[in-house]
Amino acid sequence: MIPAAFEYHRPKDMEGVLAVLNEHGDDARVMAGGHSLIPMMKLRMADVPHLIDLQDVGGLSGIDISADSIRIGAMVTQADIIDHAELASVAPILREAALQIADPQVRYMGTVGGNVANGDPGNDMPGLMQCLDATFTLVGAEGERSVAARDFYEAAYMTAREDEEVLTAITLPRPQGGYAYEKQKRKIGDYATAAAAVQIVKDGNVCGSAAIAMTNLSDVPVFSEAAGAALFGTSVDDTALKSAVSAMLDDIDPTEDNRGPVAFKRHVAGVILRRAIERAWSRA
Amino acid sequence: MSKKMHITLTVNGKEEEFLAEPRELLIYTLRERLNITGPHIGCETSHCGACTVTLNGKSVKSCTMFVAQADGAEVTTIEGIGGPDSLHPLQEAFKEHHGLQCGYCTPGMITRAVKLLEENPNPTEEEIRFGMAGNLCRCTGYQNIVKSILAAAAEMNAAKEAAE
Repeated sequence: MIPAAFEYHRPKDMEGVLAVLNEHGDDARVMAGGHSLIPMMKLRMADVPHLIDLQDVGGLSGIDISADSIRIGAMVTQADIIDHAELASVAPILREAALQIADPQVRYMGTVGGNVANGDPGNDMPGLMQCLDATFTLVGAEGERSVAARDFYEAAYMTAREDEEVLTAITLPRPQGGYAYEKQKRKIGDYATAAAAVQIVKDGNVCGSAAIAMTNLSDVPVFSEAAGAALFGTSVDDTALKSAVSAMLDDIDPTEDNRGPVAFKRHVAGVILRRAIERAWSRA
Repeated sequence: MSKKMHITLTVNGKEEEFLAEPRELLIYTLRERLNITGPHIGCETSHCGACTVTLNGKSVKSCTMFVAQADGAEVTTIEGIGGPDSLHPLQEAFKEHHGLQCGYCTPGMITRAVKLLEENPNPTEEEIRFGMAGNLCRCTGYQNIVKSILAAAAEMNAAKEAAE
């Protein structure tokens, strides 16, 4: 496979990146690990006359953990997430999800920033970041702005990021309570048939709060506020689980593809969410 | 045609310099430009791992990397791991335990396994299966590959202990 020719840029800093973006507009694309973009370029489904490789841009690969929040640079790889002991202890759901993404070779290259910025409904990090109420930092010629993960996704590959902006970091509050990232896939390395991210707080014997997001069950990740609300104040018993699943099913909109027909996906979504809630609750 | 770039790569300890279009995929650079044909082209869609090389200490699929990205990098292929006269313990173990049949996936398998044992010198069977998940084999059913890696790990650990 030979992708179409392009001009290659490897700027040393963000000013350099923004200069190329401003000069070439939507003829330019930034690339982090490249494991979504390069396959698309090889298939000639993505046309990128100017490719901007972020690997030499400083300040994008840190993981900073403070008393109440976590900041992850866009170039942090899935392998970095898995290997970071402190992160695994303060936000174990990130490691649990990263271990279910692709395979070892891809995880060395694939980045968290690329995963959330790409807008592919199959990517796992967008739903996870919605569950965790993360905020994305976008840098453009006008400066910096923040967009909540829950407001970022508009349609498949369409996000709140402007063509001339770069997603540079993800910030999230330190997650509280029990967690689970549960993913059903056809084989290791595959995108989800259905996946669920659950973070749940136990208050005495009842659920004090629950955040639930689903992956690959619509053209965008689905943060199901109603599913979380269905668990609130309950003892997360069978009745509560059923109403959370039913609320989630009202929020997703899967389409038929090579992972199965709609009825199957809805069935799997229900099974996966139930398992995720049960596991998160057992850890809460 | 886009402008050619001046590329420097260190492959198996040898510095290589050449002009290449940035879109050239690293696997083609290795196989067709540098005549290093150990890494194979299998699926060419970053699934099978036959093209696996070590780049700056990471296992990567060289079909999913532009040569421009690899500019300045250090690359190790199966040729840099061992040869007919000095087999790496993993090569020896694959031979001994029938870790290959047709052999097509083997260079990628062993290149990946070298890195896996570097990171985890004493893996369980499950950790091997998980750590080798980016490499597909259509002959062996993986059983003997896992066996080979376990045997090589034991051999390498024993050699390390003996040396200490």
